[in-house]
Amino acid sequence: MIQMHKVTKAYPNGVTALDDVTVRIQKGSFIFLVGPSGAGKSTLTKLIFREEVPTRGQVLFNGKSVNRMRAREVPFLRRQIGVVFQDFRLLPHKTVFDNIAFAMKVVEASVKKIRYRVPEVLEMVGLATKVNVYPHQLSGGEQQRVCIARAIVNEPLLIIADEPTGNLDPDMAREIMTLMLEINRRGTTVVMATHAREIVDVMRRRVIALEGGRIVRDEEHGSYEQKRGPAR
Amino acid sequence: MKFRTLGYFFGEAFRSLGKNSWLSIASIATVAISLLILGSSVMMVLNSQYWVQTLASDLEIAVIMDVDTPAGQVKMVGDKLRNHNLVSEVTFVPKAEALTEMRQKMGDRGDYFRALGDQNPFPDLFRVKAKDPRDMAVLAGEFQGYQRVERVLYGQGVAENLLNLSYWVRIGGLVVMGLMGGAAVFLIATTIRLTVYARRQEVGIMKSVGATNWFIRWPFLLEGMFLGFFGSLVAVSLLFAAYAVACHYIQTALPFVAVRTDPAFLWQIFEVLAAAGVAIGAAGSMISLRKYLHV
Repeated sequence: MIQMHKVTKAYPNGVTALDDVTVRIQKGSFIFLVGPSGAGKSTLTKLIFREEVPTRGQVLFNGKSVNRMRAREVPFLRRQIGVVFQDFRLLPHKTVFDNIAFAMKVVEASVKKIRYRVPEVLEMVGLATKVNVYPHQLSGGEQQRVCIARAIVNEPLLIIADEPTGNLDPDMAREIMTLMLEINRRGTTVVMATHAREIVDVMRRRVIALEGGRIVRDEEHGSYEQKRGPAR
Repeated sequence: MKFRTLGYFFGEAFRSLGKNSWLSIASIATVAISLLILGSSVMMVLNSQYWVQTLASDLEIAVIMDVDTPAGQVKMVGDKLRNHNLVSEVTFVPKAEALTEMRQKMGDRGDYFRALGDQNPFPDLFRVKAKDPRDMAVLAGEFQGYQRVERVLYGQGVAENLLNLSYWVRIGGLVVMGLMGGAAVFLIATTIRLTVYARRQEVGIMKSVGATNWFIRWPFLLEGMFLGFFGSLVAVSLLFAAYAVACHYIQTALPFVAVRTDPAFLWQIFEVLAAAGVAIGAAGSMISLRKYLHV
């Protein structure tokens, strides 16, 4: 689904965030991106939905070049990708319902479809009772679930989550992870950048470790850190 | 674009107008001021042109023949005048008519003419109107050269001065209008920039969920256009009120000055100002969108 070939990203300030990265992500997979801050995790995710364009190399999404895409095609790429942010980015003056409906309105969904689909995703993320509540009345975990609901409401093929549990306590983080797994189980590909060591270690999914803009490890059933020694 | 989307665009535009009400009022006021200047200069230009037209169409060249010119030669000059391609109208005033007129005017004292031995002291003359009043000086010079023409008289300089005046009014109006229009565009750009700033989070989300660029731009553009349009409404109402007063004053104090008060004229002014207002608004918005809305 996603292919990156020899991708380098250097920012105008001289920082090389990614250095000659080649990676392939299968449809339906669940992937953790790990590594210290500044290793290039965020940059890698941004290249997929063309928040950034690579300095060199090629990014393909579903076989189509993302970096050579015309500007007016970019919105249609993004409709296939749901993004979950660490800081939620909910609109404070809109209710939970309206925050999610907003994502449908801007892609010109019908009112009928919005009325049907928004309660459906709220049910799925377990917020069916909070439809008319404003974001500030919700806990951090609940806000993140609204953000996830918004990301999946347009039925994307891929969910990109940049440290979705970064601002949450461990219990809430677990809830969010359960939810992400459920979304993945329904067929959506998930790419998650994270620092949550326990979660990564428990889940045993594919782990791509970045350091200094390079992939230093890519394991099918990996852990947060490289195992030292043969017998652990 | 779908119909409900249009509703969304208008809704967002109006919501934003209401939210930044003070800035909206300031932009509307600037647009109104610049359009007031535009409007009054347009009105001045059109009115002065109208006045020049009515005045100039009354302006004539008087071609005066020698007193003793035989009728045949007078007729020849008359034909020459009538066939001139810059001339629109020629009226012949025979000497007999001039004498009768004068007798009537003098009434009892008509006897004076008897003292002249019943000779007619008046010359034959032609009243000539030019198709374009600007050609009058040239024509007058030409007519002077015709045979047996004694003198040619016309309102030397009057038409030229009027036409010059309307030219300078137009130039001055354009300059002032350009400056004020620029100020209005700038203020609207500032308003829209603040709106964009206030809604940057929303815009960010819209981009991340795949809103098209024009979907994001339209509400801002509409907001600017509405600011311009409302400004033009204010300008038109003030302008028409002032014009009504001015017309009343002119018509009583200076009855010889022609002013236009027909509805078609006023409607035309309204159209020009509304279009200018919307254009100013759209220009201001686009400037800000280009600079601050990185879509």
